[in-house]
Amino acid sequence: MKLIASVAMLCMVGIFFTTTAGLPQIYNPHSAPSEHVSPRYIEKSTKETGSPNFVTAVLADYRGYDTLGETTVIFTAGLATALLLRSRRTPSFKNEQACLVKGDPDE
Amino acid sequence: MNNRFGTIVLDISFRVIIPFIMLYGVYVLIHGEDSPGGGFQAGALFGIAVVLSRLVHGEQAILNVSGDKALILAGIGTAIYGSVGVVTLLFGGNFLEYGTLPLNISEPGRHALGILAIELGVTICVMSTIVVIFDALVGREEE
Amino acid sequence: MQEFFTSYFIYWVIFLLFLLGPYGIIFKNNLIKKLMAMNVMQVAVILFFLVLGQKMGGEIPVEVPGLLGAGHYINPLPHALMLTAIVVSLATTGVSLALLLLVQKHYGVLEEDELLRRMNER
Repeated sequence: MKLIASVAMLCMVGIFFTTTAGLPQIYNPHSAPSEHVSPRYIEKSTKETGSPNFVTAVLADYRGYDTLGETTVIFTAGLATALLLRSRRTPSFKNEQACLVKGDPDE
Repeated sequence: MNNRFGTIVLDISFRVIIPFIMLYGVYVLIHGEDSPGGGFQAGALFGIAVVLSRLVHGEQAILNVSGDKALILAGIGTAIYGSVGVVTLLFGGNFLEYGTLPLNISEPGRHALGILAIELGVTICVMSTIVVIFDALVGREEE
Repeated sequence: MQEFFTSYFIYWVIFLLFLLGPYGIIFKNNLIKKLMAMNVMQVAVILFFLVLGQKMGGEIPVEVPGLLGAGHYINPLPHALMLTAIVVSLATTGVSLALLLLVQKHYGVLEEDELLRRMNER
């Protein structure tokens, strides 16, 4: 199993190192990610939202619905953590003590 | 609950540093429109401040939110965010279209106030979520 | 050669960082170590997105009065997306730590082979 996984990892390494040149050039102001939607945000967002910080404008105004989803995810994660660790259920294993003693690496 | 740090040096230095962390959190939240910053960062700073304050001061902490109170606060933060959207719906706009907020100021001003309101909600949610996770992980949720 | 180093070499560094994640998840035995490897992988993805937004001669994405034009500021979109990703990764790390605590409480161990053995013999 670990052999298959390591072969898959080596394939991933090979694929990546041979296709690096297809990724967009860093530091090039005319690369693909810099030319698609971000000039629109940079040029118009201060006039449209009144906030000089483009990141805040994108985060809270243009993509406000998205951020609402993210906030809900964070709230749900906090709720899940609290509910997981607060449940008063005791483990219902009959041989738990035996198992604990048997497999303890310090013993 | 006398889980203080072991040494007097850590105790006193965190005692000094906590108000500055809180002040910096307020600055990052309020000034997040004109400079780098915003709700998530301010929430993380507040969360750290609350956790440190409860570690150092114990029961006498200034912001002693913990357990159920923190969970309720997280819900309140998300509700603030959602209610801003509902208010803009009620006044005839789309969801989270801040231009229709019922305020007597210019359109960019309304946008700025709407952004500030939702970032306040995000701050409260992130802060209390950090506190909830900390409480749950150290097993301190029962008062 | 120099063009390669200025334009593409950072991708290799980020990919090596990313590779630490699958390596740890596959080959490490302890579940906590697997979780840490997953977090390293998350950081690599975040760095990848942030690097995509860089531009030569770009300022931070806060408007300076009088300086207009898309070439003067770096791309704000990856920053806005990754800002939320960082906080969500914090929350999901909390959830997974809670799950690991429960596993430790039920089975008394966090090593994967021992854990599988105890699950099977039950």
